[in-house]
Amino acid sequence: MAKQISVFLENKVGRLAHVTRVLGEAGINIRALSIADTSDFGILRLIVSDPAKAYQVLKDARFTVSETEVIAVQVPDSPGGLASVLERMTEQELSIEYLYAFLGTRGDDALVIFKVEDIAKARKIFNEKGIKFLDESTLYKL
Amino acid sequence: MNYWDKEKECMPREYLEKLQLRRLQETIYRVYAFVPAYREKMEALGVKPEDIRRLEDLKLLPFTTKQDLRDNYPFGLFAVPMSEVVRIHSSSGTTGKPTVVGYTSKDIDTWAELMARSLYSAGASRYSVIQNSYGYGLFTGGLGAHYGAEKIGASVIPTSGGNTKRQIMLMQDFGTNILTCTPSYALFMHEVMQEMGIKPSDLKLKAGVFGAEPWSENMRREIEGKLEIDAYDIYGLSEIIGPGVAIECPRKNGLHIAEDHFIPEIIDPETCEVLPEGTPGELVLTTVTKEALPIIRYRTRDLSTLNRSVCECGRTHARMAKVLGRSDDMVIIRGVNVFPSMVESVLLNIPGVEPHYLLVVDRRGNLDELEVYVEVSESVFSDEVRKMERLGLQIGKELESALGIAVRVRLVEPKTLERSEGKAKRVIDKRNI
Repeated sequence: MAKQISVFLENKVGRLAHVTRVLGEAGINIRALSIADTSDFGILRLIVSDPAKAYQVLKDARFTVSETEVIAVQVPDSPGGLASVLERMTEQELSIEYLYAFLGTRGDDALVIFKVEDIAKARKIFNEKGIKFLDESTLYKL
Repeated sequence: MNYWDKEKECMPREYLEKLQLRRLQETIYRVYAFVPAYREKMEALGVKPEDIRRLEDLKLLPFTTKQDLRDNYPFGLFAVPMSEVVRIHSSSGTTGKPTVVGYTSKDIDTWAELMARSLYSAGASRYSVIQNSYGYGLFTGGLGAHYGAEKIGASVIPTSGGNTKRQIMLMQDFGTNILTCTPSYALFMHEVMQEMGIKPSDLKLKAGVFGAEPWSENMRREIEGKLEIDAYDIYGLSEIIGPGVAIECPRKNGLHIAEDHFIPEIIDPETCEVLPEGTPGELVLTTVTKEALPIIRYRTRDLSTLNRSVCECGRTHARMAKVLGRSDDMVIIRGVNVFPSMVESVLLNIPGVEPHYLLVVDRRGNLDELEVYVEVSESVFSDEVRKMERLGLQIGKELESALGIAVRVRLVEPKTLERSEGKAKRVIDKRNI
């Protein structure tokens, strides 16, 4: 389980730089990020070292921000590693809204952030199928 | 029921009309004698003051427009010598020469009476603390509301517009009961209150008297819900006297026009024919007690309807429907009349969407396009693109069905659209027509 910070961004010059500057000045480290974009706007998704603080400083800087529950999954850092995890999720009909990769690794494993429809179900399946995922405290410290 | 002047406000229509006719006739004699521009216009139509025998004869008289005030800039339409003029107000003149209006000391007193009536109707009394956040200066809003509040004997805080955080601090510390400002500024104040962590329950605010720009019933619900107050609509324009021309009573079912001072008509803006009671059209006002600047049949460009039936509140003065557009704010897109207020109504009906918007009209090739910018608030924001696109499409679809033309919706970051402390700018027309 992990908290992702999502930020609404207009497609305008300098908006992304502004977000990252605000976080940097607050001493918050970005651990993973992805941007989903359309022609008018983008949605920036972040895993940071201190989500509560990040939420507050971005809100104070007048961004539209929300907190989203996501899951950080350990995936073998070898060819076919992600495929095997995804196949097991598909078998269990666990639908994925989106996913993106974490900037660091954990031992021999890569880390992938998943946003799924049903988090409780995901946890259960991961436990049963032996898919490793990280708790919040470990994740933010990586 | 609170009346400031029950005898005038509840005068039976029969007496009211006699009073109007006598005052109208006096006014017409006066402008014919003292204002060459009016005399010339009347002569051109072949009308003499003695032709005005009944109230219906009003329709024989020429109209006055903003252009007439500009053509006679600055004091050409004044009906008294400058020695009698004690106050001059003026528009900002952003679209040309400003329009200048003057007041004798009796005019100032009439205006204060009308504003006292208005504030009283919204529940003010000598015990009220009234925070006046209309701009002070050349704009009539600030001083108009100020004099009325003092006339009642209320305690006035003349904050004027701007410096919103300090305004809210004073509102809390001084125990403000009644706020007077533009409706868009009231909503802006609420945003700032949230940022400051101040809740409506921390304040003693009971009512607001909001005007100087058109606002919808939905916006009223929004303001009343967020600030936990009663929101009253006040109408006025500097050419006629300033704020206080018309005010809502607690029934909130139309604004009572001070008919002992102004005669209203509704006309078709295209043909200029007077329309029957209840038919929507352009509001036309004639002043019948103004000394310095009497105005005959002023075309306000505000769209409304009239209802002359006696109100449940007991007042007999005609009610004008809430102004929901201006015949000159209207943008015509592919032959369809579009008013910013229509967009506002649609947005306020979508849960979570804030009424902060901007209409941008552009011409691509030969086709006019309407783009509506809407701010994304936290309550509608989602981390999923699909949901955000669905929101944009939903807003677009609802706008299309309300306006009757295709609309492109652009979602923008909150607080990026201009927050005005006076009148909000709602339309940008990029077409070069």
